[in-house]
Amino acid sequence: MPNKDTIVDVPTVNKIARLCRLDIPEVNKKSLTNDLNNILGFVAQLDEVDTSNVEPLASVTGHKLPLRSDDVNDGNIEDLVLKNAPESSSGFFVVPKVIE
Amino acid sequence: MSELLDLNLVEASEALKNKKISSLELTKAYLKSISDTSSLGAYLEIVEDKAISMAKESDKKLIDGTARPLEGIPIGIKDMFCTKDIKTTASSKILENFVPTYESTVTQNLWNDGAVILGKLSCDEFAMGSSNETAAKGYVINPWLKNKKMSPGGSSGGSAAAVAARSALAATGTDTGGSIRQPAAFCGITGLKPTYGRCSRWGIVAFSSSLDQAGPLTRTVSDAALMLNSMAGYDQKDSTSANLKMPDLMDYLEKGINGKKIGIPKEYTQDGISEDIVKFYEKSIDLLKDEGAEIIPVSLPHTKYALPAYYIIAPAEASSNLARYDGVRYGARQEASSLDEMYELTRGNGFGDEVKRRIMIGTYVLSSGYYDAYYLKAQKVRRLIKEDFENVYKQVDYILTPSTPTTSFELGKKQDPLTMYLNDIFTVPASLAGLPGISLPVGLDNSGLPIGIQLIANSFDEPGLINIARVLEKSAGFNFLADGAAK
Repeated sequence: MPNKDTIVDVPTVNKIARLCRLDIPEVNKKSLTNDLNNILGFVAQLDEVDTSNVEPLASVTGHKLPLRSDDVNDGNIEDLVLKNAPESSSGFFVVPKVIE
Repeated sequence: MSELLDLNLVEASEALKNKKISSLELTKAYLKSISDTSSLGAYLEIVEDKAISMAKESDKKLIDGTARPLEGIPIGIKDMFCTKDIKTTASSKILENFVPTYESTVTQNLWNDGAVILGKLSCDEFAMGSSNETAAKGYVINPWLKNKKMSPGGSSGGSAAAVAARSALAATGTDTGGSIRQPAAFCGITGLKPTYGRCSRWGIVAFSSSLDQAGPLTRTVSDAALMLNSMAGYDQKDSTSANLKMPDLMDYLEKGINGKKIGIPKEYTQDGISEDIVKFYEKSIDLLKDEGAEIIPVSLPHTKYALPAYYIIAPAEASSNLARYDGVRYGARQEASSLDEMYELTRGNGFGDEVKRRIMIGTYVLSSGYYDAYYLKAQKVRRLIKEDFENVYKQVDYILTPSTPTTSFELGKKQDPLTMYLNDIFTVPASLAGLPGISLPVGLDNSGLPIGIQLIANSFDEPGLINIARVLEKSAGFNFLADGAAK
């Protein structure tokens, strides 16, 4: 982890915002960059911990993921699936035109 | 009216079963409480008609002798639980009109056991926050020192405020890094986060999937036991649900703790913790000693790194979980000419500042070139934190800590994100290790605000946790009522 005051700058914030499809108004970018640097600076203390022989822990369940057969157990609920869609038509979700 | 509100969940349940009261009158008393305490802002949605009809249904069952464990008990539901045909917003603008077409497993379990829904309770947006200030519809006021406008804590701030204000007999909450235990501590009530896997996550709005866990917020430990009895259970629809039967927790209320070993971790008495909390922490240690417990100093050496690890793992998972809010399948949409622009404007407009910060952090730590340094590193530290607990549980049965470093603080005082994160310093380690924890009130600080103490048990030892919590509850004898509570 980089251990500097400025871990991210505004161009990096623009890049991250683009990756997660978040519109950030220009006026908020400086304070957001600041906040992110404070948080990233805080989490950088993990550098102090020696983890050279430690396996990452992703799940604490202690059980293996159960498998089930690939059966359709509901279905015919098209109206329910579409019920909360901002726009739908003929059983489809509608989005702005993608291909010109 | 007041006599009805005086009954805790277990007492009300007895009175219902003995036909001393009806669910309809109890439910009506709570609906009146909701309106009397509406200035607190705990409820986002009140479902009066549904509450009345469920109460009438319960009264029939109480009369014909087919009453279920929570028959006729009016409760509030945190707005993170999907409730069929009842608006579920996660306190976010992006879900302001979302009406689920299905019911979460936990709430379904509660209805199957006879509980009556009063409404949906406010929380921090997508459960991200420790003060209830990130809620799109605004903050909730703690019923303690009501006129001073103190925070109820968060993220389950509405749930905690409602139980403390007696506008719900009990409430559901979700806890990712302390979101049940911290608000319970701030509001002078009991909050239990079960072992990860005890309660199904199906139908709960996802924040950080490896940490999220549902649990009850109640007036007493016995009430928590009765609620969790119904909420918990194996669910095929959640792959992380534990296929383990939980014993009836009501059998573990009066067992005593003679000879039990209680660990006091030296890392939990750091600088910055309020003097009053230290005082009541030490008093709690003495009380448990008097009850026959053996007090053992222990060390959880990686405690300091729990919060930094959490603030990598939780945002990483959140950034992935919240990718689903794209304005296509459900939720608000901001119209735009291109698909990408529609995504960006929808999300930029629909999410609040704290949620945006966490999505940004999460995206950054998962992005190419940074994944190993941040995310993988945090997962390794998470293992060390879990191993700390495993080592300590070789020597002790339970761990006792303060629930929070301070009591409640005033709303609206702009705090920087990091200061806010420090609220969860004592609750996050058990979350990372997946362990069950409970916060219960043991006293008031010098300004009259409640102080919570946390007990942490080993995985799936909810029975033991309930047992020792009940012992501490009895010895501490906390029986104060918030000044802002319904009378």
